[in-house]
Amino acid sequence: MTDLVSGFLQAIELLRRGDTSLSQIVVLSLQVSGIALVIAALFGLPLGTWLALSRFRTRGLAIALIYTGMGLPPVVVGLFVYLFLSHAGPLGFLNWLFTPNAMVVAQIIIATPLIAGFAMAAVMGVDPELRQQLHSLGATRVQATLAVLREARVGVVVALVAGFGGIISEVGAVMLVGGNIEGATRVLTTAIVLETRQGQFDRALALGLILLVLSFFINLVVFVLQSRGAPAKV
Amino acid sequence: MRRLISLILVALVLALLAACGTAASPVPANTAATTAPPQTLTLATTTSTQDSGLLDVLIPMFEKQYNVKVKVVAVGTGQALKLGTDGNADVVLVHARKQEDDFVAAGDGINRRDVMYNDFIIVGPSGDPAKIAGMKLAADAFKQIAIQQSSFASRGDKSGTNTKELDIWSAASIAPKGAWYLSVGQGMGETLTFANEKGAYTLGDRATWLAQKNKLPSLTIVVGGNRIEENADKSLLNPYGVIPVNPAKHPNVNIKMAEQFAVWLTSLDTQNFIAHYSVDKFGQSLFHPDSAEWHKANPTQ
Amino acid sequence: MSEILYRLERITKNYGERRTAAVALDESLVIARGEIFVLVGPSGAGKSTLLRLLGLIEPPSSGTLEFLGARLDAHTQPSLVLRRRVVLVFQRPILLSASVGANIAYGLQVRGVRKVEAKVDCVLEQVGLHALKHASAYTLSGGEAQRVALARALVVQPDVLLLDEPTANLDPYNVALIEQIIQAIHREKQTTIVLVTHNIFQARRLAERVGLLLSGKLIEVGTREQFFEQPRDPRTRAFVNGEMIY
Repeated sequence: MTDLVSGFLQAIELLRRGDTSLSQIVVLSLQVSGIALVIAALFGLPLGTWLALSRFRTRGLAIALIYTGMGLPPVVVGLFVYLFLSHAGPLGFLNWLFTPNAMVVAQIIIATPLIAGFAMAAVMGVDPELRQQLHSLGATRVQATLAVLREARVGVVVALVAGFGGIISEVGAVMLVGGNIEGATRVLTTAIVLETRQGQFDRALALGLILLVLSFFINLVVFVLQSRGAPAKV
Repeated sequence: MRRLISLILVALVLALLAACGTAASPVPANTAATTAPPQTLTLATTTSTQDSGLLDVLIPMFEKQYNVKVKVVAVGTGQALKLGTDGNADVVLVHARKQEDDFVAAGDGINRRDVMYNDFIIVGPSGDPAKIAGMKLAADAFKQIAIQQSSFASRGDKSGTNTKELDIWSAASIAPKGAWYLSVGQGMGETLTFANEKGAYTLGDRATWLAQKNKLPSLTIVVGGNRIEENADKSLLNPYGVIPVNPAKHPNVNIKMAEQFAVWLTSLDTQNFIAHYSVDKFGQSLFHPDSAEWHKANPTQ
Repeated sequence: MSEILYRLERITKNYGERRTAAVALDESLVIARGEIFVLVGPSGAGKSTLLRLLGLIEPPSSGTLEFLGARLDAHTQPSLVLRRRVVLVFQRPILLSASVGANIAYGLQVRGVRKVEAKVDCVLEQVGLHALKHASAYTLSGGEAQRVALARALVVQPDVLLLDEPTANLDPYNVALIEQIIQAIHREKQTTIVLVTHNIFQARRLAERVGLLLSGKLIEVGTREQFFEQPRDPRTRAFVNGEMIY
């Protein structure tokens, strides 16, 4: 109980003081997960949309793979990325292991199926006849697909939020491929693990609180943007 | 239909409550009869202790002898002591003398006993860029690493090993800082793997090194010698202590069994077992017995 | 006879899973520019399928479809330019979750038209929904939504307007309103209209020529007078008289 209280107090104190090592950790967390999210969205949104709208023989298999990917344990992803980027691995020449690049790669792999899966569900929720109607109004395939995505925008935003939530809070993969190096690859989650292992529960809690507040504000901004983008109700 | 669902829910909740009830009900204390349900003892220890494999053989011996179920929680030294401070463990087995003394001084633990020691070594890339191979004292080697700005991987997790490392830096009058000093905040195994990939030096315990060295092709021992007996720097010795949690502070702890465990661990039989542990596997022992009882029986060592 | 817009030669359309063809015309069917052609028949006769073929939404399974001089068959895709000269208004209009005005402007936007305001206002006036220009499409009643669907089709000034049961689920007031709009469009713009309905009275009110479709086959095609007053086929006579026919 005392840990809980002092954790809250310390979180406020840390935020108030603007601790430089803390701000470095927060900035790196946002950078890594932000870049990973953008790249994962570039893969995931088209993939999910395509799976929702097209019909081909192995579609069921592809969807099963996506759903499996949504449940991939991050640490397994981390392990694969580690083995690829290790000096002995096929991509070792990149010298990316224990750099933010490696963390971005791992997070892209974690977020892409999440975004694709949620986007697929969102697009499938749009009446399938809408595309035909827009097609008949003279839309090209691309134009009609974009309009369908616009219709599914709430779900698309949810997909992005889910992807971001999945990677900003992920610890297994970034620990493994980033190495949790102080001042270089330490992010909020790995810092939390470290503090916990040291028995400094209050600092760990403070960092967890910061992570929570961060996620909350990001979701709040998304929500505001989204409600602004929605049509005015009469 | 809805009625059926709510009935099922109620049944589920009842079943859960019943299950919780059995789990929570205290096991009657009965030390006399071996047929009685076993008591439980929670041991908080460090990951390095567990990783050495020693506990995997010691614990079953103790459990069998005293009809007890030992729950081993292997975490960092800091967290292990914290488990004791919070009354979440009955006894702690750690290796960080200073923190152990603080723990006892704060009244969180009682009757600290020496158990055994292993030792620390400095490992580094085979090329040895800082040219420290063969140096006798760790502090001198660290000084050289800092001067050459060779990459050094630090556990950075306030573990026993990390505490030792920081002690050596201060003995060398160096405040390690800069791009060459990589604080990774991870366990020994991870840190060794990291050093292997990065071509960095690091301070590690011999047990973990011996267990993992086959997977660390680019690392070699540079300071500390190839056997515990060859280690020329006494400051690299790593003593383990066992400390029962103070029942005056935490009445819920199983002090009787905790004390029993401490006595058993330091007894001559157990100490002799420890001395020979892993000789068949590594050709050398990982731990050197260090209890008062053992020293009494072996006054020359 | 005026310019021929559509010429259908032995068209069939079947969907993979169903053995029997949804549409199988034994003879040719011609639709001329400027006429109102009404396709009648019971549910499941293949009226909507035929309309989708006319709308170039799906290719025929066999046979050829000539539209504005271009020959299309199972293997020839219509060009975008050709496709954009015909619009189909579906029985159940699906609008975008945006304002009424934005919905109507869609067809213009995909064609790259910049100045849409005046055109949107014009068709809104035509369908009597000017007041709802900025309303969300989701707040509309069924009749209003159908009028928006009509307006978003009209705004692109297609050569042909295809209407699939546009009044099927509406109240008498909205039925009358939409029929008036259709007649006005035809009167003012001479737009060719092909309308599908199961409602024999609506066909009588609107049609210049009528075709009866039964089980995918075209039973009889004729002018309104000939079709309703002197049907050649006994099945046409039965349908016109409101008797059950299969």
